Amino acid sequence: MALFLQLTLTGLTNGMLYALIALGIVLIFKSSDVINFAQGEFLLIGAYAMFWAVGQVGLPWPVGILITLAVAVLAGVLVERLVLRPLIGEPIISVIMVTIGLSSLIRAIISLFFGTASQPFPNFIPRTPVAFGPAVVPADRLWALGLAVALLALFILFFRRTNEGIAMRAVADDQQAALSMGISIQRVFAIAWAIAAVVAAIAGVLVANIVGVSGDVSRIGLRVFPVVILGGLDSIPGAIVGGVIIGLLETYSGGYLKPGLEQVVPFVALILILMVKPYGLFGQTRIERV
Amino acid sequence: MESGIFHTTYQRDMALRHTPAQWVRLALVVAAALAFPFAANNYWLTLANQIGIAAIGAIGLNILVGFTGQISLGQGAFLAVGAYSAGILTKQLGIPWYASTVLACLITAGVGAVFGMPALRLKGLYLAIATLAAQEIIEWGILQWEPITRLTGGVEAMNVPRPTLFGVRMNTDFNFYWVTLLCLALTVILAVNLFRTRTGRAFVAIRDQDIAAEVMGVDLFRYKVLAFAVSSAFVGLAGALTAHYRTIISWERFTLETSILYLAMIIIGGLGSVSGSIYGAAFMTLLPAILQNLGRSLGGTVPNIAQQIPFLQQGVFGLVIILFLVFEPEGIAKMWRNVKDYFRLWPFSY
Repeated sequence: MALFLQLTLTGLTNGMLYALIALGIVLIFKSSDVINFAQGEFLLIGAYAMFWAVGQVGLPWPVGILITLAVAVLAGVLVERLVLRPLIGEPIISVIMVTIGLSSLIRAIISLFFGTASQPFPNFIPRTPVAFGPAVVPADRLWALGLAVALLALFILFFRRTNEGIAMRAVADDQQAALSMGISIQRVFAIAWAIAAVVAAIAGVLVANIVGVSGDVSRIGLRVFPVVILGGLDSIPGAIVGGVIIGLLETYSGGYLKPGLEQVVPFVALILILMVKPYGLFGQTRIERV
Repeated sequence: MESGIFHTTYQRDMALRHTPAQWVRLALVVAAALAFPFAANNYWLTLANQIGIAAIGAIGLNILVGFTGQISLGQGAFLAVGAYSAGILTKQLGIPWYASTVLACLITAGVGAVFGMPALRLKGLYLAIATLAAQEIIEWGILQWEPITRLTGGVEAMNVPRPTLFGVRMNTDFNFYWVTLLCLALTVILAVNLFRTRTGRAFVAIRDQDIAAEVMGVDLFRYKVLAFAVSSAFVGLAGALTAHYRTIISWERFTLETSILYLAMIIIGGLGSVSGSIYGAAFMTLLPAILQNLGRSLGGTVPNIAQQIPFLQQGVFGLVIILFLVFEPEGIAKMWRNVKDYFRLWPFSY
């Protein structure tokens, strides 16, 4: 029972982190039909911006967070403007490959400046263990959980209530109709990339706080694909549910069956989901009979 | 003066080479390839072998991605299947290296067909992610799944017996060059002619418009799985050649990064072009080597450049992909065509 509780708690906190990263991918896909293979590297940008500001320059952490967010917004807008916009209307493989090329470029630039060695992250989120009955969870994981829930709630509100959010939904639904209603698609794309980069930067800071700052932070970007597929590529609630399911699946299979299995089980699940329900649990089905 | 190429018969339209200039160029390329090993030193022969093997793999991937339109991120894993099955067959069962190479092609074709099954229901983005999963699953299997790790050695690198032919050791750079060249020539001939057959045309029809292809009587499931199998067979050949050439197989060569490298080759070379695959393979093999040499020669003037070379290579790799996609999405093959067109109509090229 203690093991079960421990695994469930770890899985839940992992899952909410996955959900947060998946949110960025979903946002970009929802508005522009682009899947961002460089999402993991946006995490890296956030983690290293924070590390630079607080760990190396020695600024207080609230300033560090502001700098991190600014860097993320800048990176997101620049990427959209310089890389993605020329590729509007190009085949899907070009778009996939350009984000892959981008991920390689970002990782190289960060390695050039900071090296590849793993470094300790400035400790501003406490790591003291918190006991839940027999199970123990470090406090930073709980922070991650809380922040993820808050951010996800914020985004659901954003899409329901604000003009920008509604414009983004309109663009996602039908670009031409949105354009004829006076919505600037370019602005919407820029906002989508900026938000995705900000979400990724926050997730990057949280992940780096748990595992330390190194290139490995970006690895998690690939592990999020089972999450977005399970939830549906264009669904925010799907990202949350998918994140929690995959997080739990990982810890259960690693804890109960065989250590090491958690690396592959999400991908097996991914193939099964794709075979049975290609558009995920909450994704919008686009019927194409081929 | 010619103003264009006009075909008056179906035979001429179907011909692979249309003009005398094309025959001359082909003869020059063949002559250069045959003379090359006698003129080059070992460094260049090593590079040539790497390019040749990469070109075979790239042609295989291009059949799937460029000609059939099915995106695959599982190239690295299929290469691994080819390399490990060739290695295991030769090492454990004592099958001669050339026979194990052929068998490895067949095995990889089978594995490719199985992992191509999702293509029945998926396309585009979703297929790309499904093949990403295939990559992770196969990699995990080679590294951690016990029945398989007993054969592959898991994370430990695997040693393969040296290939010999009539008592001559084959995996020297000079001798293996002929093996690579022969395999590459066969691959090119098979691939170029594939697209003059019913099967190859079905592949292209699926890429251009899958619904229209089905209406015209192309069995989508059959041809998609067939495309995966044919493509994987060539990829398996590249994997098996790697195994016999290096006589040591380590899993680091077959990760997702390898899949991405091969995708970059065919995009930079030219999607849907056999010669483009070769240009791309050459470009992506030479680029890191050139950067390496550049870094070494700058070593005296720029401090610390030696440690930065891997990152520079990685950064340039990403940058080249982005620049090609933004400025010349059809790759080197298109650039070469532009050059030829310019000179054919010169000086009236408007």
